[in-house]
Formats: sequence, C-alpha cells, structure tokens
Amino acid sequence: MEELKAILRELHEDVDFEKEETLIDDGILDSFDIVTLVAEIDARLDAVIPAEALIPENFNSLGAMWSLICRLREV
Amino acid sequence: MALQSPGFLFFAAALLAGYYLLPGRWQGKLLLIGSLGYYALAIQGWPLLPLVTAVTAWAAARCFERTGSDKRKNRPVLLTCLAVNFGLLLFCKACQTEPLYSFIRATALGPLTRGLPLGMSFYIFMAMGYVLDVYRGRLPAEKSLWRTTLFTLYFPQLIQGPISRGGELLSQLLTPHPFSGRQVSFGLQRMLWGYFKKLVVADRAAPAVAALRAEGEGGAFLLLTILYALEIYADFTGGIDIVLGYSQALGITLPENFHHPFFSKNIAEYWRRWHITLGTWMRDYVYYPISVSQPIRRLGRAARKRLGGFGKRLPVYLATAATWAVTGLWHGLTPNFLTWGMLNCLVIILSQELAPLYRRFHSRFGLKEKPWYAVFEMLRMFFLMNLIRACDLFLDVGEYFRRLGTLFGPALWRFRLPELGLSSWDWILLALGAGTMLTVSVVEERRGSLRELLWERWTLRWALTFGLFLAVLLFGRYGVGYEASSFIYNRF
Repeated sequence: MEELKAILRELHEDVDFEKEETLIDDGILDSFDIVTLVAEIDARLDAVIPAEALIPENFNSLGAMWSLICRLREV
Repeated sequence: MALQSPGFLFFAAALLAGYYLLPGRWQGKLLLIGSLGYYALAIQGWPLLPLVTAVTAWAAARCFERTGSDKRKNRPVLLTCLAVNFGLLLFCKACQTEPLYSFIRATALGPLTRGLPLGMSFYIFMAMGYVLDVYRGRLPAEKSLWRTTLFTLYFPQLIQGPISRGGELLSQLLTPHPFSGRQVSFGLQRMLWGYFKKLVVADRAAPAVAALRAEGEGGAFLLLTILYALEIYADFTGGIDIVLGYSQALGITLPENFHHPFFSKNIAEYWRRWHITLGTWMRDYVYYPISVSQPIRRLGRAARKRLGGFGKRLPVYLATAATWAVTGLWHGLTPNFLTWGMLNCLVIILSQELAPLYRRFHSRFGLKEKPWYAVFEMLRMFFLMNLIRACDLFLDVGEYFRRLGTLFGPALWRFRLPELGLSSWDWILLALGAGTMLTVSVVEERRGSLRELLWERWTLRWALTFGLFLAVLLFGRYGVGYEASSFIYNRF
C-alpha cells in the first residue's frame, strides 16, 4: 500500500489520495495518468492490470486501486 | 436524405407521430422499420452493409455468452468479427483514395468509390464497442437479433454519431417511452438550435472557407483557420444537436459529444470536450489495450533500465502515438489526416515533457492567479488547435506546411484576400450567429442547460424559440438555387 501511495504522489503531489473517492469521476486522474500508473504498478508492485480492468470503479480511490492489485495477485 | 432536407423533416415528423400513437411495445419495432427505411432511402447501392455488421455483432455476442468467460474459445470469434467489420471499413475507406479508387471504379464495386457508405465509421465503432464489452464481461449479450440491429442502425445517430455504448442505448431501445410534453418540447428546441448552427452559420461560412483554402496565405491563412473552426464547430455540433434533440423527442438519451471545447485551457481538456464519444471509444478500445499489451510492457521494462525517467514515459508515448495514428486514419486514409493525428500527439507529448518547466515558471511568476491568464490559455488553445485542424483541408500535406510557414513572414500582415463570396449582409449574419453561439456557450458553461434555465419562464422561452425559428427560416441557407451541402462528418 505504501508503495502505491508513493507512485500516486509522484504522479500528482498536490492530491490527497487518502481522502479522494472520485479520482476518475472528477477528472483528477486522466487516461494518461492511468496508463502511467498501470506501468508503474507493473514495474514496482508486480501486478499486471489487464485492459478490461481499466474502468473508473477500479481507479476512483486509493482503496479501490489497492483491492484491484490484491485481486490480481491472488489470480 | 440529409438532416436538413425536407425529406428528412417529413420522415422524422411522421415517425415521431407514429411513435407516440402506437402502444409502447411497438415503439422499438417502429424505430427498426424506420431505421431500415431511412438507410434504404438515404443510400444508393449498399443497404445490406450495416446488416452485415449487426448480424456479426449479434452472433459474436451470443457466442461469448454460450461459452461463458472462456477467453481461449472466445478470442478467435472476437478476432473474426473485428476483422470482418474493420476490414470492411478499411476497404470502403481505401476505395475513396488512390490507388484503389481507379481500380475499383471500373468494376461492379464502382458505387463504393462515390463516398463512404453513410454512417459506416460510426455504426461499426458502436457495434464493435458492444462486442468488446460483451467479450470483456461488462455487458450481457443481447438475445434478440432485431434489437441488436436497431442498436446498430438506430437512424438518427447513424448519420454522424455520437458513438453510443451498448450499456447506454440498448436498454433504452427496449423500454416503452410514454409521451412527455417537456421531453418533446426540449428535443424539438434543440433540433431548431442545431438547424440554426448548420443553416445560418456553418453553410454561410462554407464559401469563404473554400475560397481561402484555394489561395489564402499569411493573414488570409489565419482567417481560414478561424472561419474553418467556426464552420466545422457549427456544422458538427449543429448536426449532433439535431440528432440528440430528435432522440430526446423520442424519449431516448444519447451521450453528449461536445462540452464547449473552445473554453479548454490545455490540449488534454480540449480532447475531453471535443468529439467526446470518439475520444472515449479510442481510449477504451485502442489506447488502453495497446498500453497494457505485452510488447509495450516489455519495451517499458527495457526502456526503464536504459533511459531512466524518459524511459518510463516512452511506452505511454508510443501508445499515445499509435492511438492518434488510428484516430487520424479514422477520419480518412490520406496523409493529411495521419499528419493531423501526429501533430496532436506531438503537442500532447511536448506538453507532458514541458510540464515541470511550466510548473517552475508559474511558481516563480504566479501568472495562473491573474484573471486574464485563463483567457490567454483559452485563446492559445483556440489558435493552436485550429492551426492543426486546418490540416483537414489540405490533401497535399506539403502545401499545408507551406501555408502554415507563411504565418511567420511579412505575409501575416501584408496579404491578398481572395474573393470570399460573401456579401456584407452575410458577414453581419455570420458575426451575429457566432456571437449568439458564444453567448449561449458562456451561459451554459456557467449555469448549465439554457433550456432548463428557461423552462419556468414561459414567455421568454417561446419568444426565443420563435425568434430562432424565424432566424432559420429567414437567414438559413436553403431553397431554390442552394445546394444543401452535406454535414462535414458524414464523409468520415
């Protein structure tokens, strides 16, 4: 979780990712951010996110992203 | 049967009346008959093409449902369906340009060279989006072939989009829609607004754009980019207003395709506001899959080790470039559209690479807090995006860059203005039309839908509607001697 927070901070240092629940819906993260995030998660957290998982529900909050990563690691 | 033709108006009015006179369960069937009838009337020669798309989309989705989520079994079906449909689209687009054009013209397939079959780029993208959603397990497969056919061929949006998603539209086509005076009134008002944009503004600007395209250099080229921006914006958003308005009158909500793009302050925001449904389609079905594909991931890992910070961004940039190449070629298989896509990609990548520099600049000078800076950002985007947009107009890319180069010399100030084909009265009407569109945009950007705002103010609402109707009737370009030009996005 700490590594994911570090990745997000590198992407947008001005956003409080612990509080935000609508990162996609409010346009805080755009498609460019999502793709950068997916590459970082792949490289640093060893979780490969498939294209079908790239939906707003999985990226709207830190918690949603973390539970996606946990689900992918279980597979 | 163009959207602004009397034939379309008669057809749309008859269908709307029948739609609300019939029992709710028959509404969908009437829409299907209407859509097939519209397609048969609107296109000569190839009425069966959209049925190929509807049947293959229906069969593929049903097949996915039968095999469950077994991707190994589903993949060949998906690839076949995509290959058939995108192959058809590519072939029909290729028929519009050399070398295939001359070859095909002399054969039995000759009619295909007369222009892309109506709405092909839109209905194929819609149907394939639906197939991909079912394949990914995001959407259940539609059991009925006729409902899948209606989704693919739903006639108002067949013409120039928006590119709806199965999840948004299918359920609406299945449910009955009782008559609502408010819905019908809002829908017809929006259609009227669309006709105003198309007939009073876009078609009035068209002759001047054509004249400036032929020989405008320097300042005249700059005028071309501004007038073309006005023409294409009024034309495309006008057409979308007609389509969305008519659908609203039927009780069907289609996705918005524009959100006042000329108020954007950067290119990412611009593309979130212009042709929204194409942008989100490309994001979900091209950009994301390319970004997470094996080759891009492998390249990313290698680039990370060798190139450091830039290496991390390189795979994202490559996926961006591939997506913009596809977006460019969606508009036409000619070098100018590919160049247009690549220029957009270049601006996006440069703005990403220069972002740290911008941040340092703004923290040092604090310009972002100044009220005029937001206006400067909007004007910067307006001119930048429209200089790139003008590439649409030049099949010869070298000529486009030559004209662009004339902006950086004395011709910017000392230029010859060709005969533009507009009277003083036309210029006044064009300025008034553009001013009205700008005023409505400013109000809607700040306070939301104008029709919602005016709903309670009965007298003002009907006065404005009647004024708009008169404006279209008196100042619209139509009638004897006037050839109703088709909508620009019909040809894509």
